[in-house]
Amino acid sequence: MTTLRDPLHAQLAGKKLTHGKLPRFTPIGLLVLSVAIVSGLLALFDVFSVPLAVVLGVVLFAVAIMALSGAVEGSRSARDRLATTVMYSAFGLAVVPLVSLLWTVLRYGLDRFNGYFLTYTMRGVFGGMDAGGVYHAIVGTLEITLFATVISVPIGLLTAIYLVEYGPTRLGRGITFFVDVMTGIPSIVAGLFAYALFALFLGPGVRMGVVGSVALAVLMIPVVVRASEEMLKLVPNELREAAYALGVPKWLTIVKVVLRTSVAGLVTGVMLAIARVIGETAPLLITVGVIDSANFNLFDGRMMTLPVFVFRQYSQGLAPNGITTINYDRAWAAALTLIIIVMLLNLIARLISRLFAPKTGR
Amino acid sequence: MTTLGQKVTEPAAPPPPARQRVPQRPGDVIFSGAARAAGVLILVILAAVAAFLVVEAWPAIDTPTADLAERIQWIEDGQSLLGYVGPLVFGTVLAALIALLIATPVAVGVALFISHYAPRRLAQVFGYIIDLLAAIPSVVYGLWGALWLMPKLYPFFVWLSDTFPFIPLFDGPVASPPRTILTAGIVLAVMILPIITAVSREVFLQTPGLHEEAALALGATRWEMVRLAVFPFARSGIISATMLGLGRALGETMAVAMVLSPGLAYSIFILQAGQQQNIAANIALKFPESTSIGVNVLIFTGLVLFVITLVVNMIARWIVSRRAEFSGAN
Repeated sequence: MTTLRDPLHAQLAGKKLTHGKLPRFTPIGLLVLSVAIVSGLLALFDVFSVPLAVVLGVVLFAVAIMALSGAVEGSRSARDRLATTVMYSAFGLAVVPLVSLLWTVLRYGLDRFNGYFLTYTMRGVFGGMDAGGVYHAIVGTLEITLFATVISVPIGLLTAIYLVEYGPTRLGRGITFFVDVMTGIPSIVAGLFAYALFALFLGPGVRMGVVGSVALAVLMIPVVVRASEEMLKLVPNELREAAYALGVPKWLTIVKVVLRTSVAGLVTGVMLAIARVIGETAPLLITVGVIDSANFNLFDGRMMTLPVFVFRQYSQGLAPNGITTINYDRAWAAALTLIIIVMLLNLIARLISRLFAPKTGR
Repeated sequence: MTTLGQKVTEPAAPPPPARQRVPQRPGDVIFSGAARAAGVLILVILAAVAAFLVVEAWPAIDTPTADLAERIQWIEDGQSLLGYVGPLVFGTVLAALIALLIATPVAVGVALFISHYAPRRLAQVFGYIIDLLAAIPSVVYGLWGALWLMPKLYPFFVWLSDTFPFIPLFDGPVASPPRTILTAGIVLAVMILPIITAVSREVFLQTPGLHEEAALALGATRWEMVRLAVFPFARSGIISATMLGLGRALGETMAVAMVLSPGLAYSIFILQAGQQQNIAANIALKFPESTSIGVNVLIFTGLVLFVITLVVNMIARWIVSRRAEFSGAN
C-alpha cells in the first residue's frame, strides 16, 4: 500500500512489467524427464516398479515445475502450476482403479467365458471339477430384474408425471425430498424390508425370486423418478400449450405429446436404472438365496443371480482337489458376464438418448 | 400423508360459482389421481420400510438379555442387544470415515479437473469415465479388492506400519493377507468417488460465469480464480456431496463382506485383521444361516443402519435443497 504513494516511475524503475512465461511444452517435457529420472534411480537401486516410478515421478515433477515456474514466472504462477498438477493427478488416480479393475476382470474372466459357461448350470458340480456355468444365474438375474422393472417403472413414471405436470405442490416437494432420501437407502436395508414384508404374510424363512424383485424395486423407483423427471422437464412448454389450444384434454396431452416427445430419454433413464440395480448383491443374497440349478419360477423357491453367484463362488475359496482355483475362475468369468451386461445397458441407453433425443435449446 | 394430500386438493377444487365450471373429464380425473397415488405410494413405501423393520426387529428388542445369548450362537453371554450393535456401528462409521478421508480430496480434485481444468472437448468424456466407476457392481469391486488389490497393498501397509510406529492407528503386526478395515476403506473410497465427483461437478459448473470472469479479469491465475470464485460458491455443495458419499459408504455391503475379516471390537488398529465389522456386511454374512430370533436381531441392526443413513442423507439433501434456492438469487 505504501508503495502506491510513490511516484509511479520511481516505483517501476528497474522492474519488468511482465513476467517470463515457460514455453508450452515445458510441463509435458518435465513430466517425462522426472519419470525417467525416477525410473533410472529406482532401477539403479533395484527396486523398480511401475506404480512407484509414476508416483515418485509425479512428485518430482510437482517440485520441479514449482521451482522452475517460481524462478521464471513468479510465485503465484508456481502455485497455479502446482494446483493444475494436483487436479490432473487426482483424475489420473481416479482412473487407476477403473482401468485395473476392468483389466483384471478381462484377464482372469476370459479363460472361462465361453458358450459352455453361459449355457450350463452348476447342477451336480462339486470340488474342483472342470465344469459348471452361470445359465441358472443369468435366468434368475434377468427374471428378477425384469419383474423389478415392471413394478418400478409405472410407479416411478407416474410420480415423475405428477411432479412435473401437476405443478409444484407441497405434496410434490415432500415427494421430491423423500425420493432423494430414498436413493440413499442401503441396498441391504431394502432387502431386509422385502424379507420382512413377505415374512409377515408367508411366515419366516421365505426365499423367492419375487421378494428380490420387490427389494430391487425399492432401490430402483427413486432412480426412475429422478431420471424421468429430468426428461419430462426438457419437453418444451410450447408443445403442451399447443395441445391445450387445440382442446386436447390434459391427460391426453401428457400421454400423446409429453411422453411421446420424451420417450427416448425415458427409455434411457429406465435402462440406466436397470443397470444400477442389476448388479445388486446383498438384497438378493438375503431374499432369494442360492441354488445350483435353474429355476424359472419367480414365485416358488430359491433362485440364483449373477452377483450372488460371484459372491458364492468367491466365498467357497480354493477347491480341495482338481482345478484348485476353479471357484475363483468361475467368479471372475461371472463378474465379466455381469460387467458386459451392465456396460451394454449403459451403452445402449446412451446411444438411444444420443440418437433419438429431441432437439432442444440446450 | 393424508393431511398433506387434502390440503393440496383444495386449490384444485372448482373456483367460485360466478365463472362457468371447468368440465372435469373422467380421463383427467383418473390420470391425475393415478399420478398422485403413485407419488403417495412412494411415501408409503418409505414409511413401510421403517414400519416393517420395526415390526420385525421388535422381538429382538423385547427379548431379555439373558435369553438372547442363550438362543443365538454369535451373541456372547451377558451381551445385551445394544452391546452387540455398538461395535458394529463403530466399525461401520470407521470404515466410512476412512473411505471419506481418502475419497473426498480426490473426488473434489477430479470434479474440478472436469469442470475447470480439462480441455473442454474432452471434459464430457472424462465425466463418462468417472460415471463408469459408478456402474460397476459392488460385488465385482469386492472380488477385485480381495483377489487383486489386497496382495498389492500388503507391502504398502508394512511400510506404513514400519515408518509410523508412533501412530497407534498403524500398530502392527500387519495382517497378511491384509483383510483389514483400511483395505475395505480403500475399496469403499473407490466406490463412493463417483457420487462425490458427480455432485461436486454439478455445483462447480453452476458457479456464476461472471464471478469467474471477474476474477480472471483482475489478473487472478486459474487456481486463484477457483479459490476466489468457485470454492466459496460451492462449499455447501461439496459438504453435501461428501455426506451423500458418507451415506453410500455406511450402507455398502458386499465389498466389505468380501474384503474384511470380521471382529467385534472397538478397535482403532486399522492394519490388523479381525478387529471391526460393518453392519451391512454382518447382515449379509449371518442372515442366510440365521433363524427366528437371530433374524430379528439382524433386522434390528438393519434398522439402526437405516436410521443412521436416513439422518445423514436427509441432512445432505437439506443442505442441497437450501442451496438450490440461494443459487437462483445469486
